[in-house]
Amino acid sequence: CDAISGGLPIFCLEVVYSFIMSGKLIVGQGLRAAANLRSSNIPTEFAKSSAAFLSAAPSGGKHALPDLAYDYAALEPVISAETMEIHHSKHHNTYVTNLNASLEKLDAAVSAGDVSGIIGMQGALKFNGGGHLNHTLFWENLCPASESKLNDGPLKSLMGDVDALKAKMSASTIAVQGSGWGWLGYNKSTGLLEVATCANQDPLAATTGLVPLLGIDVWEHAYYVDYRNVRPNYVNAIWDIVNWDTVEKRLIEAQK
Amino acid sequence: MRTFAGWGVAVIVCILTKDTCVVGAASTIELPALPYSYNALEPVIGRKTLHVHHDKHHAKYVATANSMIEGTALEGKSVEQILLESYRAKNQGLFNNVAQSWNHAFYWKCMKPKGGGTPNKGQLLTLIESSFGSFENFQKEFAQAGNTAFGSGWAWLVYNSKKKKLEVTKTIGADNPMTAAHVTPILTMDVWEHAYYLDYQNMRVTYVESFLDKLVNWDFVADNLKRAMGGSKEEL
Repeated sequence: CDAISGGLPIFCLEVVYSFIMSGKLIVGQGLRAAANLRSSNIPTEFAKSSAAFLSAAPSGGKHALPDLAYDYAALEPVISAETMEIHHSKHHNTYVTNLNASLEKLDAAVSAGDVSGIIGMQGALKFNGGGHLNHTLFWENLCPASESKLNDGPLKSLMGDVDALKAKMSASTIAVQGSGWGWLGYNKSTGLLEVATCANQDPLAATTGLVPLLGIDVWEHAYYVDYRNVRPNYVNAIWDIVNWDTVEKRLIEAQK
Repeated sequence: MRTFAGWGVAVIVCILTKDTCVVGAASTIELPALPYSYNALEPVIGRKTLHVHHDKHHAKYVATANSMIEGTALEGKSVEQILLESYRAKNQGLFNNVAQSWNHAFYWKCMKPKGGGTPNKGQLLTLIESSFGSFENFQKEFAQAGNTAFGSGWAWLVYNSKKKKLEVTKTIGADNPMTAAHVTPILTMDVWEHAYYLDYQNMRVTYVESFLDKLVNWDFVADNLKRAMGGSKEEL
């Protein structure tokens, strides 16, 4: 377009615009799926711009509960189908619903220029937004045991003594007081892996700056049906169903 | 050291090892038995829940607290004293376990079979009505506190001796409102997920409602209020 003189650039813009608008109808579905999934499998920037593209709302529009890549029963016996169903379709779903409600309130406050109202949304956004983010990451970093394999590669190299790192992460995660998450994170400044924990639904990246690679939910709802109070048994068992491919993909993405 | 044999063994061990040990000293913190049988709160709270909640969670807090207290200057002090001292010393590990021991012991007594509903006419009901406007308002506020305690926590009805009124408050984790000046807890409800998960899964709202409707031991609450209003809160 920019190779041609005069009125043509405007014509080009119009063509491009109508192409985008008609394409939007067709592509819209796909983009909405991508935007709402916020999946690790779709590059972050693409997902973000899709969301902004599709929504006029300052906050980026409605979120949706992502589908799991496996059946509810696929993670047995480590996590039962019953737990998976309640955890995904009830707990995670509630975070999504409440996040959308919070974002609506946020959008209203932003549009009204109500700074106090905007700040007042902090708690609800952190809790529900964190809940949605964390659980989306969680489902993706789990897989059936038969598919869980840590292959040689950048992740394994960076982990060093794998057993020692797993033990460290298990210990920290088990020790979380009350509700929270254990994380394996990537520190972009040092280029090293770090074990971290967060309380409640505090999201790792926003709270610590670390890039989340692997999360373990230790809210009691994550394990109570299967392990009752014995959190250590749950945390030790979950290593059998870690989706190492996803963890490595996240690392590679973070290292770019 | 509940049996003579236990005493006997302890004396012998002490003499043989020549360790300083306080023979016959009961553990500083006790695990109280439930004031009712394990199935007494069904169907509101199931037998299995009470078994795990009391025999595992509460028991672990007590055991851990005792192991942290043993051999220290805190041995033999009252639970409330240790709770407040560990809070002031910012000893989070000790506080968590001592406070959770206290919180759970209090919680069991706050419930009874066929409880709930409205308290009898008297000092408690009058003060609830004047503090909250109506009993229904109190129920709403208390339920809200329980439902909005993000993550693990407790909902409380407390007596504020400075304002001379009742207030609803919520705490996170092991926190107990008695750490604040002029505040005495008179009723609590555990909203850690382990308190209701087996019976209600994610439906905390239903547990909270049922607790108020069917479990609250108002006699115990009334007694707590009488005591709170009667004496001034000891500055420990």
